[in-house]
Amino acid sequence: MFEKLREEFVFNFIEGARWKYIVNGLGVTLKVTFLALLLGTAIGLVVASIRSSYDQNKEDLRPGLWKTLFKLLNGLCNLYLTIIRGTPVVVQLLIGYFIVFVSSNDTVLVATLVFGINSGAYITEIIRGGIMSVDKGQFEAGRSIGFNYLQTMRLVIIPQAFKNVLPSLANEFIALLKETAVCGYIGLMDLTKGGDVIRGRTFSAFMPLIVVALIYLLLVIIFSKLVGILERRLRRSEH
Amino acid sequence: MSTEVLIEVQDLHKSFGVGKIHALNGISTSIRRGEVVCIIGPSGSGKSTFLRCLNLLEKPTSGKIIFEGNDLTDAKVNLNLHRQRMGMVFQQFNLFPNMTIMKNLTCAPMTLKKLSKADAEARALELLRRVGLADRASSYPYQLSGGQKQRVAIVRALCMQPDVMLFDEPTSALDPEMVGEVLDVMKELAAAGMTMAVVTHEMGFAREVASRVLFLDEGKIAASGTPDEIFNHPENERLKSFLAKVL
Ligand SMILES: Nc1ncnc2c1ncn2[C@@H]1O[C@H](COP(=O)(O)OP(=O)(O)O)[C@@H](O)[C@H]1O
Ligand SMILES: [Mg+2]
Repeated sequence: MFEKLREEFVFNFIEGARWKYIVNGLGVTLKVTFLALLLGTAIGLVVASIRSSYDQNKEDLRPGLWKTLFKLLNGLCNLYLTIIRGTPVVVQLLIGYFIVFVSSNDTVLVATLVFGINSGAYITEIIRGGIMSVDKGQFEAGRSIGFNYLQTMRLVIIPQAFKNVLPSLANEFIALLKETAVCGYIGLMDLTKGGDVIRGRTFSAFMPLIVVALIYLLLVIIFSKLVGILERRLRRSEH
Repeated sequence: MSTEVLIEVQDLHKSFGVGKIHALNGISTSIRRGEVVCIIGPSGSGKSTFLRCLNLLEKPTSGKIIFEGNDLTDAKVNLNLHRQRMGMVFQQFNLFPNMTIMKNLTCAPMTLKKLSKADAEARALELLRRVGLADRASSYPYQLSGGQKQRVAIVRALCMQPDVMLFDEPTSALDPEMVGEVLDVMKELAAAGMTMAVVTHEMGFAREVASRVLFLDEGKIAASGTPDEIFNHPENERLKSFLAKVL
């Protein structure tokens, strides 16, 4: 039994240096996940700020060009959130590759953009929740001391909100890591596709696919552990 | 006390919701430089709303707030600039938990008044020393007791060198043994000539420190006068029954 597994392993990964598909694929998966999370966080911060400030200020704004623009911007943000959260990410990936960025052959770039834009919608909601979780008195303290709206957000609210949402952001990273497994749809050689290519070459499904699954599992377990440590440390530095 | 009017309130009305709850029903008064005005009254009478209207934290439904000659209810006025000269102290302290005490005290002067870090810290430290908390500069708010937090909150407002200080029940969230330390700081402030508007349930403080007491009832000033007039010779029936309950 053990001898059989060893043979399978050598046949699938060592012969023809096929392990490179796994290692390179893992590199692509991590790269796309990291970059998409960065992009998603940037988008999330911007969109969440627009949505929150619109909700908080719409009654105080005087009618005029600025208010109309603000309303339009808020509407666009809502449209973005609705579309992204209402369609499957695989479909978004295909639309991104075959329609929107059709002139680009850089599949890593396309996947990063699509997943970044996709997770941006979910991160928006995470950050918005974080902003709303900050005590109203913090906002009043900031405004009463003379800070304008943006200064209050930047100096007082966002740092507290960000701390509140760090664990959720880390969880988004874990979700993203697994979601990128559909990158193969646009021919990107990520970890999953790497395993699948080996399967196609060796005509043995068990070894490559199980190994791929184990690698994802290991990564998720490690990141979950890190999130746990992070959460405990954040909690310790609070009241 | 000079006769210069610092804040003039003209026929202030405030309702919440679409005209459902009338929190303030026509308040007119003025606060002169150096005055300590204590605002008392039953719960729900509009004391907080009145105080929060003074720096437009609450937007008046109608009426005017004229601060140092500027009508704050005018949409064209730069509120942020005027708020810098009106310090506010809250019942719940509202220190910034993400900053050290020193950062709490210096971030506004550095950001808004463009003070250098050294100048801002020197000013903060001097004021911290005066309230007996110089050794807590590098602590975080969660490491302080309620009384200490409130003293820091007062210092945070003072660091902006305001012309008037607004207090909304600054001792109501404190354990009884910590009330004194905060009131002492406020007394010193009053003695130093700071103009103050104080919403309070501490009748002893009002009696001792106030130059004028306003009794609010159902969104109106039902009685006003010196502490002696209000506490020793009340005429208004509602005031009499209120005092009977709290004294
Ligand atoms: N944000 C608000 N929304 C609705 N009603 C409010 C709000 N703030 C205060 N009120 C109402 O206005 C009235 C006066 O409240 P407040 O000024 O807090 O009284 P006090 O400080 O004297 O206890 C109360 O009836 C209160 O319920
Ligand atoms: Mg109140």
